[in-house]
Amino acid sequence: MAPEEEISAEEARVEQAVEKDDIAISVRNLKNSFGDQVVHEGLDLDVRKGEILGVVGGSGTGKSVLMRSIIGLQTPEEGEIHVFGESMIGRLDDEALAIRKRWGVLFQGGALFSTLTVAENVEVPIREYYPNIGPQLRDEIAAYKIRMTGLPAEAGPKYPAELSGGMKKRAGLARALALDPDLLFLDEPTAGLDPIGAAAFDDQTRKLQQTLGLTVFLITHDLDTLYSICDRVAVLADRKVTAVGTIDELLATDHPWIQEYFNGPRGRAATAAVAREQDKRR
Amino acid sequence: MDHISALMNKAADLAQEMHDGKEVVRLSGTLSIACLHDLSDRLDAIAGPVDAIDLSGVDHMDTIGAWVLHRTIKRLDCKITGDRCDAERLIAAVGQLDEPVNIRPDYVPPWERVVGQIGEAVVNSGATLLGLLGFFGSTLVATWNVIRHPGRFRVNAVVQRFEVVGVSALGIIGLMSFLIGIVIAQQGSVQLRQFGMEMLTINLVGRLTFRELGVLMTAIMVAGRSGSAFAAQLGTMKLTEEVDAMRTIGVSPMEALVLPRTLAVVVMMPLLGFYSSIVAIIGGGFLCAVSLDIPPITFVQRLREVVPIHDLWVGLIKAPVFGVIIALAGCFQGMQVKANAEEVGLRTTSAVVQAIFLVIVLDAFFAVFFTWVGWN
Repeated sequence: MAPEEEISAEEARVEQAVEKDDIAISVRNLKNSFGDQVVHEGLDLDVRKGEILGVVGGSGTGKSVLMRSIIGLQTPEEGEIHVFGESMIGRLDDEALAIRKRWGVLFQGGALFSTLTVAENVEVPIREYYPNIGPQLRDEIAAYKIRMTGLPAEAGPKYPAELSGGMKKRAGLARALALDPDLLFLDEPTAGLDPIGAAAFDDQTRKLQQTLGLTVFLITHDLDTLYSICDRVAVLADRKVTAVGTIDELLATDHPWIQEYFNGPRGRAATAAVAREQDKRR
Repeated sequence: MDHISALMNKAADLAQEMHDGKEVVRLSGTLSIACLHDLSDRLDAIAGPVDAIDLSGVDHMDTIGAWVLHRTIKRLDCKITGDRCDAERLIAAVGQLDEPVNIRPDYVPPWERVVGQIGEAVVNSGATLLGLLGFFGSTLVATWNVIRHPGRFRVNAVVQRFEVVGVSALGIIGLMSFLIGIVIAQQGSVQLRQFGMEMLTINLVGRLTFRELGVLMTAIMVAGRSGSAFAAQLGTMKLTEEVDAMRTIGVSPMEALVLPRTLAVVVMMPLLGFYSSIVAIIGGGFLCAVSLDIPPITFVQRLREVVPIHDLWVGLIKAPVFGVIIALAGCFQGMQVKANAEEVGLRTTSAVVQAIFLVIVLDAFFAVFFTWVGWN
């Protein structure tokens, strides 16, 4: 291919992504590297509005780096990132504010502010972005957000140090949902939870996604999460997104990592569990 | 901008009107957190009675808008008409979540809180003092064990600590001592000049640095450099469960971690203290030569006459004792870390504060003691 053609094809791809109305996040030709180590190269990904997209990949394939690039915590070396049709690269913090208000992020450990109570944590984004909301209403909003994520009513005045791992994640989720975002980023939400807690968290995520019409970008290692709540799954390998699709579509590919991932002993167990669940429902 | 963002810019508004003899509140615009503005307050201001809330002008709603409507409907006991955007589902969804939730910790009256804090502080200091004593005890036991089984002594670890605690500190301690020497000589000479006794500046610099300042300043610097580092290192190792792993393998953390550090500080303190005194005297001599026209030869000659040798012993006896305190405070606080990373910071601070405080208290006792034995 001649260089000119290559460039124009590149541009066409970018154009196409920007124009599409049902795309929440579009990543094109992303490159990230740390020193000599190239994490992403020529990475493309689309997240559709209203879907739960699971992102999987082996350790060190840059799942978190991808998320950090999209939300602007990491500036990529090359590439285009559009969120809701707006370019996110090279934007100053206050320029992209309108978009920032429309997403919520749950970090791996919850990342709660340790000097604030759970309720105060939830109120921080409201206080920051909408100071016109009175304290009374703000408290009420915090209260129903706390209940919404399945935390008990007593959790409000507690400090993060007094919470268990699962409760921390729920409190982090409540904070991520404080502004009623359209887009939710979850970084390994079920890691470190017991199976019952993890299943309950998945359930909660699904319910919230349906009630609020959220688009969810979900990084996970948890095969059960992939099977039970993800609409599509993106596989990161070889520095790019090797495949995107439903699990059945992925199983049809012959990429060795994907085959090993879904057909390994754990993958088979998760498949069987989903089948059993469906039988029960019938 | 896509269509949702465009919708979001329409501010929410309300109008109150009579319709077929019924009181109707007509809402319009977008009921989202970005567009609510003062709508919530205006809805609260409606005293009622209201028969219906009309939503036919509302094009979009989020859960915060739904919550505001939910509380208004509950208060005015009215119904919804003209729902275009799935509002009833959202309102029902947030309505299910309407339960009392505690937001703030229980209120404690100020006097009760102050008394509580004082009590807690007293109990804590008592516990810390006892803990420190206990820790000193276990360090002694560990030392005895190592003496009985010399094979368990970790030479490498100790030598490595020597470098970190001692050699690396030479630059900063030297600079600090040199400047302190200059300051003492300069301030002393200004006062003594009034009596015409500038020569006594040499007595002042010589005796003060050997007896007190050299060791004291070194102790403060070592507490800040090494005591804090010990607390942070051991605290982090406790957090990552390294210390527990050590115990399960059968290695005593007291022998492997605490002893080498303590020994390093105890050995290094007299050396650093002596070095500090010498450099401070050089600083004093430098100032005497420059501003008082006392030549270095005269300075050294005079120093030998006025500084008794027991001043050196005073400093050298105090130094290792201070070293024990600094190392113990650092290691003890580090080993107390239990829960989270925040605690490492707090413990490191306490390690330095305790070490410096105890060093100064002990220094006062030493001053009384040496006077009592006649080493004036």
